[in-house]
Amino acid sequence: MEPRRPSRAVIDPKVRQVGFITPNAPPQQPVRTQSYPPESNSPPLSESPASNSLSPVMIPPPRHLSDNLTAYRTPAVPVPESSRRRAEPAAVACSYDPSESLFGTSSPAPSPLASSRLVVDGEFSEESWFKKSDSAKFASSFPGGGFDLTTVKNVGVAAAVAAKKPAAVSGNEKSKASGAESKNELPSGSGSKTSKVKMTKSERRSLQESQRAAKAGGNKSAGASSSRAAKQPQQKKDAAPAPPSVAASEKKGTDRPPEKERKKDVPAPRMQFDDKSRVEKAKKRAVVNQTEVRNRVELFRHLPQYEHGTQLPDLESKFFRNDPMHRAVYKVGLQYLAGDITGGNARCIAMLQAFSEAIRDYTTPAEKTLTRDLTAKIGSYVSFLIECRPLSISMGNAIRFLKNRIAKLPLTLSESEAKTSLCLDIDRFINEKIILADRVIVRHASTKIRDGDVLLTYGSSCVVEMLLSHALELGKKFHVVIVDSRPKLEGQSLLRRLVANGLNCTYTHLNAVSYIMHEVTRVFLGASSILSNGTVYSRVGTAAVAMVANAFSVPVLICCEAYKFHERVQLDSICFNELGDPQAVAKVSGRGDVNYLGSLGNKDNLQLLNLMYDATPSEYISMIVTDYGMIPPTSVPVIVREYCRDQLWI
Amino acid sequence: MAGLNLSAVSDDDDDNDQDDHPVLSAAAVAAAARSTLRPPSLQTLLEDMPDPAAVPHTSSSGGDSEEKSKSADKSSRSRKLKHDVIEAVNELIEDIDTCHEQIAEQAVEHIHHNEVILTLGSSRTVLEFLYAAKEKKRSFRVFVAEGAPRYQGHLLAKELVARGLQTTLITDSAVFAMISRVNMVIVGAHAVMANGGVIAPVGLNMVALAAQRHAVPFVVLAGSHKLCPLYPHNPEVLLNELRSPSELLDFGEFSDCMDFGSGSGSPLIHVVNPTFDYVPPKLVSLFITDTGGHNPSYMYRLIADYYSADDLVLQRKAAASN
Repeated sequence: MEPRRPSRAVIDPKVRQVGFITPNAPPQQPVRTQSYPPESNSPPLSESPASNSLSPVMIPPPRHLSDNLTAYRTPAVPVPESSRRRAEPAAVACSYDPSESLFGTSSPAPSPLASSRLVVDGEFSEESWFKKSDSAKFASSFPGGGFDLTTVKNVGVAAAVAAKKPAAVSGNEKSKASGAESKNELPSGSGSKTSKVKMTKSERRSLQESQRAAKAGGNKSAGASSSRAAKQPQQKKDAAPAPPSVAASEKKGTDRPPEKERKKDVPAPRMQFDDKSRVEKAKKRAVVNQTEVRNRVELFRHLPQYEHGTQLPDLESKFFRNDPMHRAVYKVGLQYLAGDITGGNARCIAMLQAFSEAIRDYTTPAEKTLTRDLTAKIGSYVSFLIECRPLSISMGNAIRFLKNRIAKLPLTLSESEAKTSLCLDIDRFINEKIILADRVIVRHASTKIRDGDVLLTYGSSCVVEMLLSHALELGKKFHVVIVDSRPKLEGQSLLRRLVANGLNCTYTHLNAVSYIMHEVTRVFLGASSILSNGTVYSRVGTAAVAMVANAFSVPVLICCEAYKFHERVQLDSICFNELGDPQAVAKVSGRGDVNYLGSLGNKDNLQLLNLMYDATPSEYISMIVTDYGMIPPTSVPVIVREYCRDQLWI
Repeated sequence: MAGLNLSAVSDDDDDNDQDDHPVLSAAAVAAAARSTLRPPSLQTLLEDMPDPAAVPHTSSSGGDSEEKSKSADKSSRSRKLKHDVIEAVNELIEDIDTCHEQIAEQAVEHIHHNEVILTLGSSRTVLEFLYAAKEKKRSFRVFVAEGAPRYQGHLLAKELVARGLQTTLITDSAVFAMISRVNMVIVGAHAVMANGGVIAPVGLNMVALAAQRHAVPFVVLAGSHKLCPLYPHNPEVLLNELRSPSELLDFGEFSDCMDFGSGSGSPLIHVVNPTFDYVPPKLVSLFITDTGGHNPSYMYRLIADYYSADDLVLQRKAAASN
């Protein structure tokens, strides 16, 4: 049976209208109701069909928006954000949005929250008010708040924090940087740049010194990891004979591309986890204890297996040993490990803000240059974050940007100037590449939403959520279908937020997407990254949604910032992926009746596979909306080449 | 074929009809010829139930004992009818019980060594099929997609592991990701329509589309009792059941979003939880039934084995004396 596509009055762009045209001829509404029988299985339709003629079978007709707003008061406690959002309709609601939605000008709500946040003392109160796993999205929406907390802990100056908060209220990231500068009374003494000796020798010496210092500090692993990480920028210089050469060929970063000194443009090969000797070496250097994993799926032997559970208390106990990890970075790593921060943008912003903190507190040790030592330190931080959770591609690009900025620091700058310049760069990156980019994307994409549309989205993407809220504000009438899937069930939190905004939503699970696709007019999806062959790398299940949409001739639009583009290529979802907790597959949360596999945890024959990402082929994608405009999937390598290479970032 | 022994009764009836209507059209002759070769339809059997007012006299009855013989005939005919119907139903039950074995016998022809099989949800036919292949010492692995929201895939995985098969349990979202490494998709069906389309547990249309895209054969195992003579029109809506939303959303958690107090109509959240999916025949590579393997385009022929043409549309008999 052919998929049913009711005839729509689409004005053929090739048809030129000659003669007199009435400019105000209203476009005809798509007649979708004709093909469906009036009696149906859907829940009772409202007596009066709404203003648009869309009354499909499977989706109830939307009520008028004014009904929702009056009748729908602020809901109960589990949805604290929604009430705040109601108070400030102009604020853009997005999970990562660090300062906009939280410290809105008119909202009084943040202050009690802020005071509760100050209460922390060596325990992770964030975890306590990140109530349950499905409110992880709320958690991820407070990275800005989370990092205010870090400054409290680190600087220990509550007054400074209080001074910072009103500064942050204005929503300007730069004020943070200036606040940081005012706090920065550390002497810049040893940051003076010595004369430039031969690179090779100084590198080697700094390496050995850091190794020695680390050994003296009693933490061998971190030193080795920092030395290994420091080695990576010097790969091509082949100058470091002292460290083992094995580490030179072994790069633990997933997406850390070569430094600028490399001649080749091929991205570095990733860590080969199926090579036993390398895995052993990596294990010795790990900060985080890696437990042996059982029953791994052979097909994914080349990827780091998921080891969890025992690490969190172990890391918590290490929290107050100040070296070698800066506290902000440590905290972010733990948040990744616990799953409190999810989503490409949120993770990237959290990481960059942690680095910003770390840079502010950084002092150059004696006889070292700022650039190299700082690069080494950042490298060590990145290795730690990778151990907590493999990097996303957006994070990889951000790290590359940061390292490049560090490398490009003019040598005449003093240490404090260098640090403020770096912090400013980071803030500018976040602002321009993420926050402003999202606004541009939302503005472009909302032109693609018409009245009477039924939009489908999968999982929870912050850009798509911003887009829907924005379209709602523009007064468009549409209906949203949220498709969700296990094991993360991210769609539920999106559902909550959208309903709080007053949108009519239909919620369903991924298996029912063929059922619901008959009614859908557009599909909006988010992405973790877009690769150079046009493949969209995003949450697992996106490919299935795009494929079914393609089968029903529904256009698929991806909303993705340009900083997430990458020059890698990938054909299927197996060559590169991330493995999640296998037990999350076996255990169905929220359904006590489903516990079939309860006793089977250790059977040899049974393997559990929990993929996090998948690759959607480019032929299913109709258009990608980026901050550079709306492009077809084939134009992604063009953008990568013109705008993302050679650090034309800012 | 079940029911050939009933032909004696039907022949008598036909003869009686022919006696009453000596002028017959060609179609009636053809129909009569067909009905002698095929088992009689239940409709014709029940139509010719002895009716007090209009029963034609059999030639054997005669004379003044007409009434007695009539009643004797009536009771013997009804007894015979009941016996035949009960026998037919028993045979059908036996068919349903044994179809697994007959289908599983064909497993060896389709599964070879070092294969990877994908399935979704749980079906006893699939379980027996895979187990039969394992019994014949074929080594293969199975990916089982869990099949939300009933999660029957967990049950199937448990069964397969208990029988010693290498099983990997994946979520439904990972089906597209994994299917590039799969050799064959084997699923069960809820019903097979006359055009070769399949009413299957929800999610299988997505799997079938993915299989088509990766050129993976999509094999449906169905006992012949699942064959349905209907042609599907709008099957997602008309041939579907919607289940409770509580399988997807917890009512307690989302009570703040359910807006029943406003009284102006539908709530803001609408949850859709269909039970079945329709897979069009062009996505199905092969049907394996207890009579062997068939193309989707052939399935309509098998209907004639199990359904008489009269039974397809049940009509109420024009009531003369009720």
